[in-house]
Amino acid sequence: MEIDLLTVESARTAVLEKQTSANALVDAFYKKIEAEDKAIGAYLTLCKERAYSQAARIDALADKGDDLPPLAGVPIAIKDVFTTKDVRTTAGSKILEHFVAPYDATVVARLEDAGAIILGKTNCDEFAMGSSNENSGFYPVHNPVDHSRVPGGSSGGSAATVAAGTAVASLGSDTGGSIRQPAAFCGVVGLMPTYGRVSRYGLIAFASSLDHPGPFGKTVQDVAMMLQAIAGRDPLDSTTADVPVPNYREYIGRPVTGLKVGVPAEYFNEGLDAEVRASVEMGIQELKNAGAEIVPISLPHTPYAIPTYYVVATAEASSNLARYDGVRYGLRASEGKSLAEMYRRTRDAGFGAEVKRRIMLGTYVLSAGYYDAYYLKAQRVRSLLARDFDEAFAKVDVIVTPTTPTPAFKLGEKADDPLAMYLADIFTVTADLVGVPGISIPCGKSEEGLPIGMQILGKHFDEATLLQVAHVAEHALAGKATS
Amino acid sequence: MVTEKDVSYVADLAHLDLTAEERARMLKDLNSILDYIDRLNQLDTSNVEPMAQVASRYGERKDQADGFSYAMRSDELQSCLPRDEAMRNAPVSDGTFFKVPKVIER
Repeated sequence: MEIDLLTVESARTAVLEKQTSANALVDAFYKKIEAEDKAIGAYLTLCKERAYSQAARIDALADKGDDLPPLAGVPIAIKDVFTTKDVRTTAGSKILEHFVAPYDATVVARLEDAGAIILGKTNCDEFAMGSSNENSGFYPVHNPVDHSRVPGGSSGGSAATVAAGTAVASLGSDTGGSIRQPAAFCGVVGLMPTYGRVSRYGLIAFASSLDHPGPFGKTVQDVAMMLQAIAGRDPLDSTTADVPVPNYREYIGRPVTGLKVGVPAEYFNEGLDAEVRASVEMGIQELKNAGAEIVPISLPHTPYAIPTYYVVATAEASSNLARYDGVRYGLRASEGKSLAEMYRRTRDAGFGAEVKRRIMLGTYVLSAGYYDAYYLKAQRVRSLLARDFDEAFAKVDVIVTPTTPTPAFKLGEKADDPLAMYLADIFTVTADLVGVPGISIPCGKSEEGLPIGMQILGKHFDEATLLQVAHVAEHALAGKATS
Repeated sequence: MVTEKDVSYVADLAHLDLTAEERARMLKDLNSILDYIDRLNQLDTSNVEPMAQVASRYGERKDQADGFSYAMRSDELQSCLPRDEAMRNAPVSDGTFFKVPKVIER
């Protein structure tokens, strides 16, 4: 079996039609991981016992001749920010190096209920803070397309497993672009669902009002099938919305005739790499050729998105990360003389430089005298960003932009300049702040052969239209690449 | 402008010690990032409501096309993690309580 080419659907069909067994698939993927992942570093932990026991369950179902659940036998990888019962869960941080989660995240449980096989936990920037995966507390991830380049972040490991073929699909989380940006850099599809579409229960919190779980896959259909399994309200996360979940597969293959596609001028400014611009303009032209109406729009507050994000996200992070104090989660530095000293020593030893920087910034903007000037100010600008999108979506069905201003950069290139690194997320952060869904699909390559991503943003809870448009673009662009 | 004193004060609030080297770096980075964040002051937001949550803007407009409601449940006692599982990751415990350095001197 040629496992590199497997999609969610073909993996399931292969098991259903007995071309292979789930057990044999798991064997083949672990063999590939052992041979190839050392050079990439996408996995932090493999959970073989769990994978083989799930494979046995699927093979038993297949032997009975029962119809199989929708993701049956599909080998997947999970970003290490989602808790997995009895499996080490680190969030990419030394402070959780030996943490073994006592329960499964809702998304993990739902993927396994749908028949997926979890091969392991993927590397990421520490607590999902970063755009290059260089902030992992363990080791960086290398882009499978070019090992000297970053895979993007923070879900770089999850994107890399799909790009390298060491998992069929994977799960990541997006707080400022952490699914879409690595998807663009690695040449795969990455979907950030609407805030409230997918449960955050068991997602180790970075910034609670911005954290979105979502899937990676080789194709738009693959992420649609993954989304189907994880979407919907969860009594364990009160911010999941009571909005019906449509059958996303029904939207795959529908034409885009008559749909209005907004193109915001602010995303095509002078900071945009020329090759990225040309590729995304070609993608937009393909949508036009397919019958969509292209509508120039404006999202005027776009230049304020990054500063807004770095106030809101760090403020929430400084609060969320207060729980790592050496009492409950594994790491405790040598006993200090007092409780406060034990806290400080543990946090100093356990957190990396970027996490400390964000905790400090977040604590500063929330501190007495600065709360109104920074935190409240940023929340007001967040309203203005939402207003931009409300006005745009009154006129158009989806918005199309580049996912990133440049293709993947080199390891080390931005590691010493936090502000330059933050600007890698300039086209993705706004959707997190506003809560609208977004997808990145491969859209051509640079002259050096590096993948370029096109981002499509949709209305709240309208992932269906997003997937419909993305699928049309994906097929038009694939035809172009081979012709 | 963040000063060395501010860095010490904030590190204290955040329960971080930070080495001398880390403090120097933090001073430089915080000033550079806050300088960038200052561009928010170009906007007049005096009549704009703060948005803390997606729900605070869209979740309360249930009657409108883009509004929705959030998952609510009755406030009833439900099962939770058994104590031994909840304590399993504690670095120091006596099996019943988390143990920490002495807080109160007698």
